[in-house]
Formats: sequence, C-alpha cells, structure tokens
Amino acid sequence: MNIPDTLRYAASHEWARLDADGLVTVGITDHAQSQLGDIVFLELPAIGRSVAAGEECAVVESVKAASDIYAPIAGEIVRVNQAAVDNPELVNQDAYQHALFVLKPDNPADLDTLLTPAQYRAQLEAEA
Amino acid sequence: MLRQTPRQTPLFDDHRAAGARLTDFAGWAMPLHYGSQLEEHHAVRRHAGMFDVSHMLAIDVVGTDAEAYLRRLLANDVARLAAAGRALYSCLLDPHGGVLDDVIAYRLDASAPPARFRVVVNAGRADADLDWMQRQATGFALELHPRRDLAMIALQGPAARALADGLWPELAPALAGLARFGALEADAMLVARTGYTGEDGYEIMLPGATAPMLWQRLRDAGVRPCGLGARDTLRLEAGMNLYGQDMDANVTPAECGLSWTVAFTPGRDFIGRAALESKPPNRQQLGLVLLDRGVLRAHQRVLCAQGEGETTSGGFAPTLNGSIALARLPLGVVPGDTVRVQVRDKSLAARVVRPPFVRHGKVLV
Repeated sequence: MNIPDTLRYAASHEWARLDADGLVTVGITDHAQSQLGDIVFLELPAIGRSVAAGEECAVVESVKAASDIYAPIAGEIVRVNQAAVDNPELVNQDAYQHALFVLKPDNPADLDTLLTPAQYRAQLEAEA
Repeated sequence: MLRQTPRQTPLFDDHRAAGARLTDFAGWAMPLHYGSQLEEHHAVRRHAGMFDVSHMLAIDVVGTDAEAYLRRLLANDVARLAAAGRALYSCLLDPHGGVLDDVIAYRLDASAPPARFRVVVNAGRADADLDWMQRQATGFALELHPRRDLAMIALQGPAARALADGLWPELAPALAGLARFGALEADAMLVARTGYTGEDGYEIMLPGATAPMLWQRLRDAGVRPCGLGARDTLRLEAGMNLYGQDMDANVTPAECGLSWTVAFTPGRDFIGRAALESKPPNRQQLGLVLLDRGVLRAHQRVLCAQGEGETTSGGFAPTLNGSIALARLPLGVVPGDTVRVQVRDKSLAARVVRPPFVRHGKVLV
C-alpha cells in the first residue's frame, strides 16, 4: 500500500498536505484511485468557494462509477488542478503527484484531526 | 443475507495469476479488469482481446421435436436457420411478451435425427431459464442438457480471426468461409462468429479442462485478456442490450430496441406472440450522446418535449472519448432531438441517436 508518511488522511480516502505557504493541498489516495479504476472525468470546486470539513466539493468519475470527494478540513478553495481536469488519467498514474485542489485553511490546526499514515493504513487493513 | 462463495470458471487460476481484479457477477468470481479497463477496451477496438464468458450457460436441446419446441419457445424463428452451423439472436418471452432473457440459438445438426440445437443464456438467468425451458418442454420429444462442462472464450477484435487462423491452421479454410452468425463444430469445440463488442471475432465453446491451454496460446499470440468492465463499455458502444439493465420482464422487445429479432411468421404460435400483437409499445429505446461535460449513468431521468424517459445503461465511451447512454424514451422522440438528462444536481444536454454508436472500430454517431 502506498501511503506516504508526510501526508494526513481522511477516512473517505482523501489526502491533505500542509504546504510551506500555509495552504493545504488535497487529493485522493492511491488506494482510492485503484478502487475507482480508470478515471475519466473530474468536477472540481469553484475557486473562492468556502467549504466545511466533510463537505462534498468535487466528483471523480471513473469507468466504474461516480465518487464524491469531501473537503478534509474547512477552508476556501484557492486553486484547482486544471491539468488533471484535462487529463484525468494523471490521477491514476500518481494520485499523490496529481492533487485535485488547494485550499486556504480556516485553521491549519484542523489538519491534526485527520488520520495519521498509520491510522489510515489500519483502516485500509480493516476494510480489506 | 446468506452470502455464498462465488463460483469459479475453469480459467479462475489464470485470472488470478494475471493479477485480475475480481468481481462477483451473477454469483461468479469474474475478472473486472487486469489493470486498465480503458486499455483493454482499446485493445479490442484496435487489435484483439479475449474474455472469459464461461459463466454463461449453454443448454443443448436434443430430440425429434427440438425444432418445433424452439419455434414455440423463442420469439425469433429457428426455422430461419437453414443449415447446421447457423445461429440467431432471440428473446425468450413470457406469455405477457416480457423479456425473460436474450439468447443465441445454434442449429448444430440439420436434419439427421435426433435434431440438435444449442441455446446460450445469460449467467444471471441460467437457473430460471432452465426451469422455464423444462416446464415448456412438456409434450415435446426432447431432452435438455445444461452444459456446465463447457468453458466459453470470446475472442474479439479486428485481428481476432487472423490470429485464430494461426492457432488452428487445419480449421482456417472452414473458418474463412464462416459468415456472421455462422458456427463450426470441430471435435468437442464450437467456434461461432458472434460477439458482444461490435467487432469481428469468435465465441469459442470448449471443454473446461482444455480452456486454460487455449487461453495461454491466445495470450502467447498477443491477445489481451479483458475483463467484464471492458466488455460492458464495448457492448454499450455497440448499442447492445445488457439483460437486467436495458431489458427485463417489464418490457417487450419493441420497447428495448429488439423488434428486429421477433419473427411474426404466419401460423407460428410462439410464447408471448398474442400479447405482443394486442398491445402496441408505448416507449422506445434510443441512444444518447452527452453534449455537456460529465458522465451519463443508468437510471437517470431524461426530459424530452414528449415527456420523461430514463437511461437504462450509461457510461464513458472510450472510443468516442465522451459519454453515451441507452435510454427508454417516449414515442415521438427522434434521432437528432436534443434532450436534458438529470445528472445528480445538474441538467445536461444530450443528442438523441440511433444505436450503434461504434461498429468495427468506427464511430457512427
């Protein structure tokens, strides 16, 4: 299982990373992309939108199904990954390299409420 | 609910060794894909792919009344099969004209008694079909033989037939003369020029014990193993129905685009005929091509000038690099119309077309 040590995780299979500029980058985990199969369409949130923790804010559609993506923590959307919108298969190729969006957190400490790599790994093992 | 262990086809070990992602389909553990469903789809459109479809059931119908029985049982007319080695596609109807299953019926022996036919049915309907067929057999001199001993491999794609020639040089001359919906019986094997992808190719029935060897030889010849995921996107592009999704006992053949498969031969009293003749269809099946960005899925509402309809199958179509659907629509909607499809919280525009969307690698819509 590919679960980088440097990230935090939501139980709904998103990852989040606090960047040096204080913004938080969000994507889906390698496990999520593998479960979804070939990704063919991304619908990402509007820039400037405020999202609450756990709020539905994007959709990833694969050949198999549509899957809702939830904001791991509260904040305001400041960027989306247009390259991944144009080529959704990038997310299959490397789900950690190709994030979905970047948000400005209401409170950077909220990141601590997310799962640690060890906790996320334990969740996947329990689900398997 | 009691969950039973999924059944395994004779190729199960090969799938697992190849790293297939397995899925439970109609009680069978079947490959969903072997890594990339998209690449498998393209392999079939551009070269050759193969599918394990051993979960489908072949039922042999043997006896002097076999033809009379099938002319009663099936909505298409096996009397149209002029010679041994000819096949046709048909619906199996209930007395109300509802579709119980869709099948392919093969005539295996022309006239030499006892007559012998083979009917291949869907995995999810196999038990119900067999029960139905047994009950309809009363009074006919015949036997039904479910052939669970057989495996089935679908070899599909523009290069499929040439690859088969290389594999079976001794059969190549006979295979070269095989028309569409023709079939060749050779030893314990039946090679039929049929499929569910919109590409040329064969469906091969053979003893389960010999299937892994053929599978391996095909792999060595460059044929890509493909899972049920690619099978679904290929058949959707080809405009072919999936039983249980695009049709079931609540619709008649005319309501799911299959009028062409019903043979109203004068004097032939097939099951469901009276019902079909007494009630005209009030819906029709057509295709949709999504004009806006997004992905159509099954069971989405379709708003047309003539009223409301519903998608029955939908998804991403790799050959079109867009999204398509099959939909049950009000009468009066015609190809070229623009309709709206409710996709979650959005209303998206789609163009109505007559399927198929793709045939022999070419986009037709």
